[in-house]
Amino acid sequence: MAPSSKQGNNHWVKLRKQVFRLTTFRGILSIIIFTVIWEICSWCEVPIIGNVPPPSAVLVALGKQLVSLAYWASWWNSFLRITIGFLIAQVLGIPLGLLMGVHRPTRELIYPVFEIMRPIPPLAWVPVAVIFWPTSELSIMFVTFLGAFFTVVLNIVGGATSIDTRYIRAAHSLGSSRGDIFWKIMLPATLPSIVVGMTVGMGITWAVVVAAEMISSLSGLGFLTWRAYVAGEYPLIVVGMMSIGIAGYVSSAMIRFIGGRMTPWLRTY
Amino acid sequence: MSQTQLTAGMGAAEMVATGISKGFGLGPLHKQVIQDCSFTLEKGKLTVLIGPSGCGKSTLVNLLAGYEHLDAGQVTLDGQNIDGPGPDRLVVFQETALFPWMTTYENVSYGPRVQRKIPQEIFNAETMKLLDMVGLKDFKDKYPSQLSGGMQRRVELVRAMINNPKVMLMDEPFRGLDAMTRALMQEYYVRLFEEHRGTNLFVTSELEEAIFLADRLIILTNRPAKVKKIIEVTLPRPRTFQMLTTPEYQECKHEALELLHEEAMKSFASGTVNAADFLEACASMGQDQPAPRKAGRDA
Repeated sequence: MAPSSKQGNNHWVKLRKQVFRLTTFRGILSIIIFTVIWEICSWCEVPIIGNVPPPSAVLVALGKQLVSLAYWASWWNSFLRITIGFLIAQVLGIPLGLLMGVHRPTRELIYPVFEIMRPIPPLAWVPVAVIFWPTSELSIMFVTFLGAFFTVVLNIVGGATSIDTRYIRAAHSLGSSRGDIFWKIMLPATLPSIVVGMTVGMGITWAVVVAAEMISSLSGLGFLTWRAYVAGEYPLIVVGMMSIGIAGYVSSAMIRFIGGRMTPWLRTY
Repeated sequence: MSQTQLTAGMGAAEMVATGISKGFGLGPLHKQVIQDCSFTLEKGKLTVLIGPSGCGKSTLVNLLAGYEHLDAGQVTLDGQNIDGPGPDRLVVFQETALFPWMTTYENVSYGPRVQRKIPQEIFNAETMKLLDMVGLKDFKDKYPSQLSGGMQRRVELVRAMINNPKVMLMDEPFRGLDAMTRALMQEYYVRLFEEHRGTNLFVTSELEEAIFLADRLIILTNRPAKVKKIIEVTLPRPRTFQMLTTPEYQECKHEALELLHEEAMKSFASGTVNAADFLEACASMGQDQPAPRKAGRDA
C-alpha cells in the first residue's frame, strides 16, 4: 500500500519534471527571442527582414482572422482536400503495395511503371489533372492523392520484400497456412513501413495541396496566402504561412500517434 | 518441474540422412557445400554437429528442416521422406527468430494457434505452464525487444517445445550470448533435454559446448562437408560443469581436437580466411590440458 502509493506519486513527479524541464523552458525562450528580434528588425527597417511585417502587425491580422468565418473555411477546405486525397491514397496504395510486395509477378509487371512515374513531382501533374477532372476541386484532390500514393506504395513494397526469411521459415515450420503467413507475418512485418510511408506521404500532401491551391483554386490556406499577397495585405501572408505550418504539424502528429498505436512493439521505454 | 501434457511424448523419432549433397551457384560460381553426407539422429539422443566455421552446418540444418531442396540423397523421419518444413522438426535459429510484433505469450502459442488442432483452453494453459517452467511467466505480455538475449532464447526454446516436435534442430542457438549467459543456457538446455529425452540435433562450433551437451559427436570435414568421424561421448548424465575437468572429458576433447585441427590445416592450405581464425582457436584450446578456458563456468 505504502510503497505502491509512493511509486504512484513518483510517477507524477516524473511527469511534472518532464513537462517543466529546462528543454521546455528553452524552447519557449527561443520563440520569444526570435519574435523580439523580428519586431526590432522591422522597426529599424533592416534590409530584407525589414520588408516582413512585424509580429505586432501579424498578431493584429491574426486576431481579425480568428473571428472571421472565411479563415476557418480555408482551414476546412485544405483539410478536406488533404484528408480525402490522403485516405484514397492509403485505401488504394496499401493493398496494391502489399500485393506487389507479396506476389512477385504482379510486382514485376507494375513496378517499372512506378519507377518511371515516381520521379515526376506531383505539381507537374497539375496541368494534366486539370484536363482529367471536370472541377478544379477534383484535380487538386487528385494531385494530393498522387503525392501520397507513390510514397506509400514504394515504401510498402520495400518493406514487404525485405522481410527477414527467418520469420517466414519459422512460421512455415510452426505449421502456418498461406493465409497465416500473410495476415500474421507479412502484414505486421510490413506495418512499420506502412507507417513510414504514411508519415512521409502526409508531409508531401501538405506541400502539394498548398501549391495546387495557389495555382488553381479559390479556397484553402494556400489560396488565402496567395490572395493576401495579390491584395498587398502583408501581415496576412505571414498568418497564412503560420497556419500552414501549424496544420502540417498537427496532421503529422496525428499520423505519428496512429502509427504508434499500430506498431506497439516498436515503442521504446 | 513435471512433464507437461503436450511435451510428455516429445521426440520419439529417428532421423536418417543418407548421402545428401547440396551446392549453390551456377557454372564457374558453383560451390559444393555438402557432399555425400550420411548420419543418423538416434531416438532420444542429443547429437551434436561440429565443424570448422563456414563448413556448411547451417545449410545442413536447412536441409533437415526442409527449407532447402536436396541435390542428391534423402532425409527420412521415422522412415518417412521429408518434403518441406513442418512442425514435427522445429528449428531454433542462430539469431532469434521470435516475431517482434507478438508478445511472449503470442509467440509461444503461435504454433498451436495456426495448426488449429488443439482447443484454445488447453494450449492457453500449456503456454502458461511452459513459460512458468522457464521462469518467464511475468514476461508474457512483453515484446521480444523488451527481453534480454537469454530470455529470448528461452522463449524460443519453449515456442518449439509446445509443438511437441519429433526432432529439435538447434542451429548454434547460443551464439552471440555473453559467456556467462551462454554457460547458464547450456546448463538450462541440458537439463531440459535430460528431462524430456527428445531427439535433438545441436549445431555448434565450440568444442567445449559440444562435448558438454552431446551423447554423440558428429565431426564434419571442411567444405564440402562430409562426416569425418562420429564420437560417442560416454560422460554420465545428468551432466554438470564439474565434468569438464574429468580425464574422460579431456580424452574426448583431445580426440576431437586432433580431427578438427586436421581439417583446419587442410582448409588453411587451400587458403580460407576463417581457417586461420580456427587454427588460432585450436592452438589456444590445445595448449596442455588443465581446466576449461572460461574459469567463470564452474561458478
